[in-house]
Amino acid sequence: MATDNDTDKSPTEADDLPVSRRSVFRSAAALAGAAVAGGVVGRYLGNSQPAAAPAGDDHKPPVQGAKSASAQAAEQVPGRIVKPASGPGERPIKLGFQAHRTGIGAGYGGWYERTTRAAVKVINEIGGIAGRPIELIVEDDGTDPKRGAEVVEKFATQHKVDFAFGTLFSHVVIGSAPRAGELKLPYLVVSEGYHVASGALNRYVFQPGLSDVRSQVTAISSWVMDNLGKKATIIFPDYAFGYNHRDFFGAAVAKLGGTIKALIPIPPTESSFTKYFPKIPSDTELLYHVMVGPGVLTFVREMGEYFGSKRPQIFGFIDSLEGVDMASPGLEFLEGTYFWEGLPRYAGEYPTRGHKFYREKLGLSDSGASVDDAKDVSNNSHMFGCWETLFIIKEIVEQSGYREATPRDREAFIETLENTRWFNEGIEHPQGHKMFIGKTHQSHSQQFISKVVDQKLKVVHRTSIEDSLYEPETDYTKRAL
Amino acid sequence: MRQRPSGKILALHAGIIVVLLVAQLFLPPYHHTNLARIMVFASFAVGYNVLMGYTGLLSLGHAMFFAAGVYGAGLTVFHLHFGAIEAFGAGVLSGLALATAIGLVALRTTGVSFLIVTLMFAQAAFLTTLHFNQITGGDQGLVISSELASLRIGSFEFSFADPAVKYNAALLLFAVSFAVSMALVYSPVGRVLIAIRENEARTRMLGYNTYKYKLLSMIISGAISGAAGAMYALLFSYVGSTFASIQYSIFPLLWTLVGGVGTLMGPILGTGLMFYVVDVSSGLTHSHLIVVGIVLVVLVLWFPRGIVGTVRERWFPWLP
Repeated sequence: MATDNDTDKSPTEADDLPVSRRSVFRSAAALAGAAVAGGVVGRYLGNSQPAAAPAGDDHKPPVQGAKSASAQAAEQVPGRIVKPASGPGERPIKLGFQAHRTGIGAGYGGWYERTTRAAVKVINEIGGIAGRPIELIVEDDGTDPKRGAEVVEKFATQHKVDFAFGTLFSHVVIGSAPRAGELKLPYLVVSEGYHVASGALNRYVFQPGLSDVRSQVTAISSWVMDNLGKKATIIFPDYAFGYNHRDFFGAAVAKLGGTIKALIPIPPTESSFTKYFPKIPSDTELLYHVMVGPGVLTFVREMGEYFGSKRPQIFGFIDSLEGVDMASPGLEFLEGTYFWEGLPRYAGEYPTRGHKFYREKLGLSDSGASVDDAKDVSNNSHMFGCWETLFIIKEIVEQSGYREATPRDREAFIETLENTRWFNEGIEHPQGHKMFIGKTHQSHSQQFISKVVDQKLKVVHRTSIEDSLYEPETDYTKRAL
Repeated sequence: MRQRPSGKILALHAGIIVVLLVAQLFLPPYHHTNLARIMVFASFAVGYNVLMGYTGLLSLGHAMFFAAGVYGAGLTVFHLHFGAIEAFGAGVLSGLALATAIGLVALRTTGVSFLIVTLMFAQAAFLTTLHFNQITGGDQGLVISSELASLRIGSFEFSFADPAVKYNAALLLFAVSFAVSMALVYSPVGRVLIAIRENEARTRMLGYNTYKYKLLSMIISGAISGAAGAMYALLFSYVGSTFASIQYSIFPLLWTLVGGVGTLMGPILGTGLMFYVVDVSSGLTHSHLIVVGIVLVVLVLWFPRGIVGTVRERWFPWLP
C-alpha cells in the first residue's frame, strides 16, 4: 500500500515513476490549450458572418447624416459606448445590452450590436430619453446561458442599469430570465422565440420589438397554403427551434385543411443531408424547411442536386440564410422558392420613410449589406428588433414617468408597457406597426413573404397584424411584481 | 493505514471555509453572487480533481455528470414538484448512478482511450438531452423557479431567490465537497488511488484490485459533480442541454489545471481565477478570449503544475 508516515508530506508526492502523472498533465494542458485556441478561432469564424438591409417611407427623420456600420464599428470602444453629456443634474439612463459577441450567436450578435449603437446614437441626438442621454453598457454573454445569467447580475448589481435588453438566443434568454426576475430588472429581449409569450418566464421579461415564432408561422400559413400547396412536408432541425416550426406550422396546416405528408427531423450534428431527401413523399406539394447553422449551404446544394428541375414548391425561413449573400455559389437552386422575412433585406421592397432612415443610419446598402463591405450581409429580419426595443424603452420611460431604478419606478414602467396597445410605424418602428399584448408581453406585427428572383428576395406578400394573432396562453399581468 | 492531516493543514483548510463564510458580510452584491456561483463550480472541479488529480484518470466527459445533477434536480422539480432537498438528492443520485454505469464500461480502457470513451459517452448524453426535448426542454431548457417551493426547515423558510440563501447553500456544498475530498486523500483508499495514479501496474502487483478502486473514484467524482449540478439548478433556476455540452467537460479540466492538479485548494482557486479573468477581460475588450489565452500561457510557463501545485513544489511541500 502506498502510504507515507510523514503526515505533513503531500499525498500527491510520488517517490518515483512520475511518467503517468506527467503524461496526464501534459495531455490535459494540450487539450485545454487547444480548447482555448479553438475558442479564439471560433470567435473570429463566428464573427465572419455578414449583414443586411431594406428601405422605407414614413415620418420625417429628425436626424441627418448616417455613418457606415463599419465606420461606426471602428470607433466603438469595447464595453461602453458614447457617453453623452447629460443635462444639469441629470444622470444618464443606463442600458445594459447583453451581446452575443462570442459563441454560436456571434454572427447575429455583431449586427445586433451595430443596430443598437446606431439607435442609441439617434436617440441621444434627438434629446435622449426624457431629456436624459443613454449610457450603453455592453457585456458579452458568450451565447451561453450560465454567462448570460451572470451578465444580467452584473448589469443589475454592479453597473446598476435601468434596463437590460437585446438578448437573441433562446437558451440564453431562458437561462438569464430567472435572475432578471429575482433582481427585479426589466429585461427586454429580441429573441423571436415563443418562450416569452408561452408564459414560461416572469413578469420582468418582455419581447416588444420583435414578433415571436408562433405569430410568424401563424401569419404566413394561410398564404403559403393557398398559394404553394396543401400537402406539406416539414424538414426541421431536431431541437427546440425546429420543434417550434414543426408544431406551429403543423397545427396551422391541419386547421387550414391541409395535410402533413411527412415530418423529417435532422440531427444537429448532421453534415450531409442526401439520405433525408428520399424520405420526402412524392406527392408533397410544399416543402417547408427551417434549417439553420453552418450546414445550411450544403443542405440547399444537396436539395438542389436531389430534385433537379422537378421540385415541389419550397418555403423556408430566412433565419437559414441571415447574413448569407443570396448570390452565393450553391444557392442557385433557391431561385423561385419562397422565404419568410421579418423585414425585407433588399431596398425598394419596403420603401417606407422609417425604413429608409433606419437603413441609412445603419449604413446598409441596397442589397442589405454594409455599405463598406458587400460581403458583410446583415440580419435584417431580426436586428431591427434592437432598434425598436430601444425606442420602446424611450416611449415607455417617458410615458410612465420613470426616473430611478427603484421598485416603484420599475413597476410603473412595467405596468405602463403592459397597458400599451400600439407602437406606430415610423423611424422608431421601421418594421411597421406593432400590436402589443400585455398579457403575453409580446408584440405582433406584419410579416413578409419573399420570392427569390434573380438571386434576390422580392416581396410578394405582406401579412396583416391580425393574421399573426393567437389566443394568449398566459397572463403575466396577474403575476407578482 | 489511515493518515491524519496535521494541525496546520486542518487549520489552513478550515480557514478557507471560515474566510468564505465571513466574506459574505463584506462583499458587494455582484461579487457576493459571483462567489456563490464560483463555489458551486469549484465543487464540480473538486469532483473532477478526485478522478484526474488523485487517480490520474483524464476524463473529457464530466459534463454528463454535472448535467445529470442539473437534470436530476431540475426535472424532478419541474415535472414531479419535488421539494429542494428531495430534488437535490435526486441530482446527487443521478450523478452517482450515471458515473457507476459509465465507469463500469469506460474503466476497461486507460489513457487516451479512456479520454475518448468518456468524451463519446458525454456526447451521447448531450444528444439524449436534445432528443427528449419534450421532457428536458432540449437546447432551450426550462425555468424551474415557478415550480420550486421555498425550503422549509422547522419554522424557518428559505427562498432560493434570496442572495444569502444562494451563498450559504453554495458554501455548504463546497465545504462538504472539500471535506470529502480531504478525507478521501488521507484515507487508505485515497492512498491507493494515488498509488494507481503514480503506477497502476505496481499497485496491481501489490495485490490491489485497481479496477474497483478506479470505479470507486469515478463514483465519488460523479456524485460530487452531480451534487454541484443539482445545486446549480436549484440556486439559478435553469436546466438546459448546454450543461451537457463539451464546453462543460473542458471547464473543470481547465479550472483544475490552473489551480493545481491533485491539490485540495487548486479547484477553488482555479475556478475563481478563471471566472474573474473572463469577467474582467470581457469588459475591457471584444477579444477577451485572447486575453484568457495569454493568461493561460503565462500560467503554464510560470506555474507548470498549476498555482497551488507549483507553490507546493517550490515553497510548501506539506500542502495536500
